[in-house]
Amino acid sequence: MVFSLADAISHAHSGARAVLEGPDINRALVRISHEILERTKGAEDIVLLGIPTRGVHLARRLAACIKQFEGRSVPVGSLDVTMYRDDLRLRPARALGRTELPADGIDGRIVVLVDDVLYSGRTVRSALDALNDLGRPQAVQLAALVDRGHRELPIRADYVGKNLPTSKSEIVKVYLEENDGRDAVLLLKEDDK
Amino acid sequence: MKRHLISAADLSRDDALLILDTADELAKISERSIKKLPTLRGRTVVNLFFEDSTRTRISFEAAAKRLSADVINFSAKGSSVSKGESLKDTALTLEAMGADAVVIRHGASGAPHRLAGWVRGSVVNAGDGTHEHPTQALLDAFTMRRRLGPLDGRKVTIVGDVLHSRVARSNVLLLNTLGAEVTLVAPPTLLPVTVDSWPCEVSYDLDSVLPKSDVVMMLRVQRERMNAAFFPTEREYSRRYGLDRDRVAKMHDEAIVMHPGPMNRGMEIAAEVADSPRSTIVEQVANGVTTRMAVLYLLLGGADLGGEIQ
Amino acid sequence: MTTTVIKGAKILGGEPADILIRDGVVAEIGRGLAGDTEIDARGLIALPGLVDLHTHLREPGREDAETVETGTRAAALGGYTAVHAMANTDPVADTAGVVEQVWRLGQEAGHCDVRPVGAVTVGLQGERLAELGAMADSAARVRVFSDDGKCVSDAVLMRRALEYVKAFDGVVAQHAQEPRLTSGAQMNEGAVSGRLGLTGWPAVAEEAIIARDCLLAAHVGSRLHVCHLSTAGSVEIVRWAKSKGWNVTAEVTPHHLLLTDDLVEDSPVGSYNPIYKVNPPLRTRADVEALREALADGTIDCVATDHAPHPVEDKETEWAAAAMGMIGLETALSVVQEAMVETGLLDWAGVAERMSAAPARIGRLEGHGQPIEVGAPANITLYDAAVRAEVDPAGYASRSRNTPYEGRTLPGRVVATFLRGRPTVLDGKLA
Repeated sequence: MVFSLADAISHAHSGARAVLEGPDINRALVRISHEILERTKGAEDIVLLGIPTRGVHLARRLAACIKQFEGRSVPVGSLDVTMYRDDLRLRPARALGRTELPADGIDGRIVVLVDDVLYSGRTVRSALDALNDLGRPQAVQLAALVDRGHRELPIRADYVGKNLPTSKSEIVKVYLEENDGRDAVLLLKEDDK
Repeated sequence: MKRHLISAADLSRDDALLILDTADELAKISERSIKKLPTLRGRTVVNLFFEDSTRTRISFEAAAKRLSADVINFSAKGSSVSKGESLKDTALTLEAMGADAVVIRHGASGAPHRLAGWVRGSVVNAGDGTHEHPTQALLDAFTMRRRLGPLDGRKVTIVGDVLHSRVARSNVLLLNTLGAEVTLVAPPTLLPVTVDSWPCEVSYDLDSVLPKSDVVMMLRVQRERMNAAFFPTEREYSRRYGLDRDRVAKMHDEAIVMHPGPMNRGMEIAAEVADSPRSTIVEQVANGVTTRMAVLYLLLGGADLGGEIQ
Repeated sequence: MTTTVIKGAKILGGEPADILIRDGVVAEIGRGLAGDTEIDARGLIALPGLVDLHTHLREPGREDAETVETGTRAAALGGYTAVHAMANTDPVADTAGVVEQVWRLGQEAGHCDVRPVGAVTVGLQGERLAELGAMADSAARVRVFSDDGKCVSDAVLMRRALEYVKAFDGVVAQHAQEPRLTSGAQMNEGAVSGRLGLTGWPAVAEEAIIARDCLLAAHVGSRLHVCHLSTAGSVEIVRWAKSKGWNVTAEVTPHHLLLTDDLVEDSPVGSYNPIYKVNPPLRTRADVEALREALADGTIDCVATDHAPHPVEDKETEWAAAAMGMIGLETALSVVQEAMVETGLLDWAGVAERMSAAPARIGRLEGHGQPIEVGAPANITLYDAAVRAEVDPAGYASRSRNTPYEGRTLPGRVVATFLRGRPTVLDGKLA
């Protein structure tokens, strides 16, 4: 399915507001890559783990940036947290995403979790639990494209693409080329969803 | 997905593929050092077994435990058909204990259907009489898919006592749903008289079917069938419908041999065939746990679907 | 002497007329008749009191399922003035003592006449003949003999029974079921049984016995009655036997005129619900069509309920463990209306023949099954064919509730039943 941003804005999301467009997202990812390199002193020991679905695409883009700047490949994987969620009972059972760890695993590494939107913090909490069952990293850090606030757990991001003040009735939608045919971050009113 | 898994016919193509895809993900869990997931914490799964079947019971038990469910084994052997009333009483007991799922093995066809009317939780059929065994069909399909890829258009031959086989019934239904082409091979006495209404082909001649089969699934022959004159002797059965080395040689190179177990080595399947690289018999056991995890997760891992009691 | 007048009833669905009853006998039929008691029957159909050839009253032995008292109440409410009580009680009705006991219980209850059926063989064991003559000579005056529930499968024993009952104009009512072909059988053998994994009950197991018995009856020149025909093949065999002029009669149950085996797989009450478990089993749509046609053209002589009460615990089980049988007395006429009258296959005169005259004739039951005419015993059923209602067994008189029609809407309602002029049911309630 090819998603057209113009269509989305004119029809389904008449009240939607684009808060980031394609070039903004690129700039944010470039900046985060630099910050990771800086904070991890060259990203020697890091593993980027994206949380499906869009977090995985973002992790791959970050890895590509790092490769461009430093000429070194950083291991990338995906970490599905579905089975660790605390809200499973609120909705019908959902299909699982993929969990793929790099061949060398995560023991002793600095794991950077990558997600598209940081909101309540519950997904990240699930991810920390999942990591616990998979190995023992040296440290865990968090990168999010958008931090929209309203945390319900003592969790914060180490790298943020954009801090986006929202009300709880609003919805943040992230569209990525790999998944949706177009890069954009939209802010929707609840009744527009 | 429906609330219960009682018949393979309960599964749409999307449902079946969701279970198999979920099992694919869960298969990785069994390769990790920590093989447990917290998903079904606080949920209770009751294994209600009216027939001895240690293999199936421990498979379900392992699946439930890997998902952190509480497992209660309720062996009700002996309170079989002759004391039918006990099924309802047992159901009321389980209901009082708050079972979220009941995995039932029963000697009477249709017992899980009856149970489903008396309990609120999900009912999973672990084999009912000569009716169905849907999780066996799922694990068989999972095993085939891992070896052969998508099942659309694949040719699966099921050989043996189809008349009394719950494995055959569930496999015919599920494989048909998944787009495979099934051929049943058996002496006419061991096929239902109305088998022509089933979504499959039928043959009495194993040798003619083998060369075009991608999968050959051998069913266990119950020795007591011989006394009821379904076939003259074990020797004759074995000669006409047994899978030996010579017959395996007629199969193409990628074709696999399956058996739901327990096997009668030397009867329906030769030992050297059972132990050959074509054989998936050991994989089937491992895949059983994974597939049943997928089923339990999809039935219990989400919101309560709110069953009603009849 | 008091008199009763039934005002404005449509006898066999004909023009409205008044029926004057005096001393338990129809005294006059006409317009503008008057009597001490008047019953408004405008719009109602008057039928001769129904006669059932095949009722399980369960007493003695299974009073938890039914008693003569409760079963005959159900019969009266269903429009019956006489029932034949089957012999498979505990003890079995295989002696003059047991049949007289059942007969006397019926007399005492008074809701309808109870004519016991005697067992053909001692204890229904199929080994040696019961004392058929003693039962025939007893106060119960048994004329119908049956091992119902079990088949007299031994050909020699069946031949002897057929021969022996000639001495007192009796009839052997055979439950046609070849035992070896139906070992462990659970339901009609067909596409549904194959899918459900339930042991099949082949039509041939019924048909083979019927064919054999017709030939035996012809050979010894006796009367054969075939219980609850259930297959199209059985119909063909009986039709052939009748075409030969042989003395063969047959019955069909209401449920075999309406229900089919696919209900076992899928019904409003779920799959594998033993409410549909019955002997002989429900068959296919084609069988139902053949049975309806045969009842219409007279190949099948009568409708018999095979009213088979079972307590809840014998049905609330897995299929294989459940008892076989359905209650039917209180729904028989409604089911026949739906299956035969509303389909145009029978008129009300035909219903009277199949549900009253023929069964009385086969059972040699005097005082029943006669037309509503001057001088006949006043056994009359008043029926409202215009209403439709949902079946709710909660109000049934039968002690058991195993009706397959619960929740289904059926036509018609028995408004009143008269046994020799005395009302047993008035306004749909026991009088």
